[in-house]
Amino acid sequence: MFSTLDMHILEILCEDARVTPREIAVMTGSDEAQVNSAIESLQRSGVLVGYQALINWERTDKEFVQAIIEVNVQPQREKGFDAIAQRIMQYDEVKSCYLMSGAYDLMVQCEAATLRELAQFVHSRLSVIEGVTGTSTHFMLKTYKYGGVVFEGGASDRRQAVMP
Amino acid sequence: MQYDRVINKRIADVPPSGIRKFFDIVRKMPHAISLGVGEPDFVTPWAIRDAAIQSIEDGQTQYTSNWGMESLREKIAAYLRMRYHVTYSPKDEILVTVGASEGIDLALRAVICPGDEVLVPDPGYVSYQPCVTFAGGVPVPVRTHAKDCFALTPEALAAAITPKTKALILPYPNNPTGGVMTREQLCAIAQVLEGTDIVVLSDEIYSELIYDGHEHTAFASIPGMRERTVTLNGFSKAFAMTGWRVGHLCAPRELLSPMFKIHQYTMLCASIVSQNAADKALGRAFETNFEDVKTMVRSYDRRRRLMVENLNAMGLACFEPRGAFYVFPCIESTGMTSEEFCTKLLEEKHVACVPGTAFGASGEGYVRCSYATSIENLTEALKRIREFVEEHK
Repeated sequence: MFSTLDMHILEILCEDARVTPREIAVMTGSDEAQVNSAIESLQRSGVLVGYQALINWERTDKEFVQAIIEVNVQPQREKGFDAIAQRIMQYDEVKSCYLMSGAYDLMVQCEAATLRELAQFVHSRLSVIEGVTGTSTHFMLKTYKYGGVVFEGGASDRRQAVMP
Repeated sequence: MQYDRVINKRIADVPPSGIRKFFDIVRKMPHAISLGVGEPDFVTPWAIRDAAIQSIEDGQTQYTSNWGMESLREKIAAYLRMRYHVTYSPKDEILVTVGASEGIDLALRAVICPGDEVLVPDPGYVSYQPCVTFAGGVPVPVRTHAKDCFALTPEALAAAITPKTKALILPYPNNPTGGVMTREQLCAIAQVLEGTDIVVLSDEIYSELIYDGHEHTAFASIPGMRERTVTLNGFSKAFAMTGWRVGHLCAPRELLSPMFKIHQYTMLCASIVSQNAADKALGRAFETNFEDVKTMVRSYDRRRRLMVENLNAMGLACFEPRGAFYVFPCIESTGMTSEEFCTKLLEEKHVACVPGTAFGASGEGYVRCSYATSIENLTEALKRIREFVEEHK
């Protein structure tokens, strides 16, 4: 069961993971030790799994390609989709992997330095995994929004500067 | 043409809003951080915007009933009953207005005869006193104090009542102070009013934004008070819908009827697009048990604590506001007037606050800081205010 403090902590860190336990304590009217122990417990239970920066790589010099790959698989007896998903997500190229409802089974988000590398990954490593029955690759062209943050064309604060 | 001979002197004599001047300066400073904004920093939830778009696509572009859409009035009735335990008939006790602002104007015009006095807690929202004047009445400020958490005390109320007193404006949770009034405090006010013919305009626009486990008490829910109370509320603050301009005015039918008459002849009805959006806002809130509102309140609450703690730490004594999204620190320790403090802070540190005096004479010595902006902005603004205070020691 999540406490109100847990909920506050998750909402604060989701907005900005740099906020310190001391600051969280001020914002929630609790003490720092309480916040630290709540964070530890959230980490231990696998709720808080990491703290990453959101980077718009498209604004850097880095050359890379990203694709969403729809993967159809043959579920395995007793293990269902888990075993094959775990196999797929071992690869460094795989950035995220979801089990989906609908026309295909796994949605795999991949990244590689060049188009050729990504193509190679799909045809010589991903599609040959036993149980994979088909793939469909969609290259990503531009990121508008990611992780709840608008990367391109976002609206700024439209409010009047001073209002009653 | 001699304009000064044409213009109604009563209108001309009302000074321009004290907020306006700061707005003009801030506009020329694109990088200033504004703590002067009196509206949520959330955009209206998409489902509500989508419902409005859908209504336009469906061709809903006409006038509605003067009262407002029936389905919306029914939802407002259910909302007030469920949240605040007050019962109004959607048939003739609920009027959909163009923001709660129209409601204030209607209520004042409907009850004020020339020379009638209207009691207005001071500091208070900038529009009350001018609206009383426009309606031909005489605004009578009633001072509230930080030591009472800016609640109206029964003593101050009793002392301000004269045979000419027609109405009392009761604006809690309060803009600019963030003060709220508990049920017990409201009961004490009710005791003073008992037996008089004083009408109460209870402006409850911030009713959803209340913190620290406090609960909002609607004044009409205090035993015996419903008959004299006009309850004002709206969608701007609770659903982040300021620009849609939808509010509601509720009162017993005998009291609401003259207000309805003015609305019928002047405004006709609130925009149908906005009414459809408001209808969706309440429908969705019922379905999700007010989840959006709760998330928003948690977020404001964190910023509120951040502001109070830091302002107090830098020597700007700040009582703990339990409602709305403002803190109202005392800046007397700096030796500056409110106006001086705000002007210098803006010029030197590019942070905009509103001087307490914009909200009435008893706002002197205080400034209003809105925390309806990101934690990042607040943290930076607090840093700059701290530097400012240090430099002027």
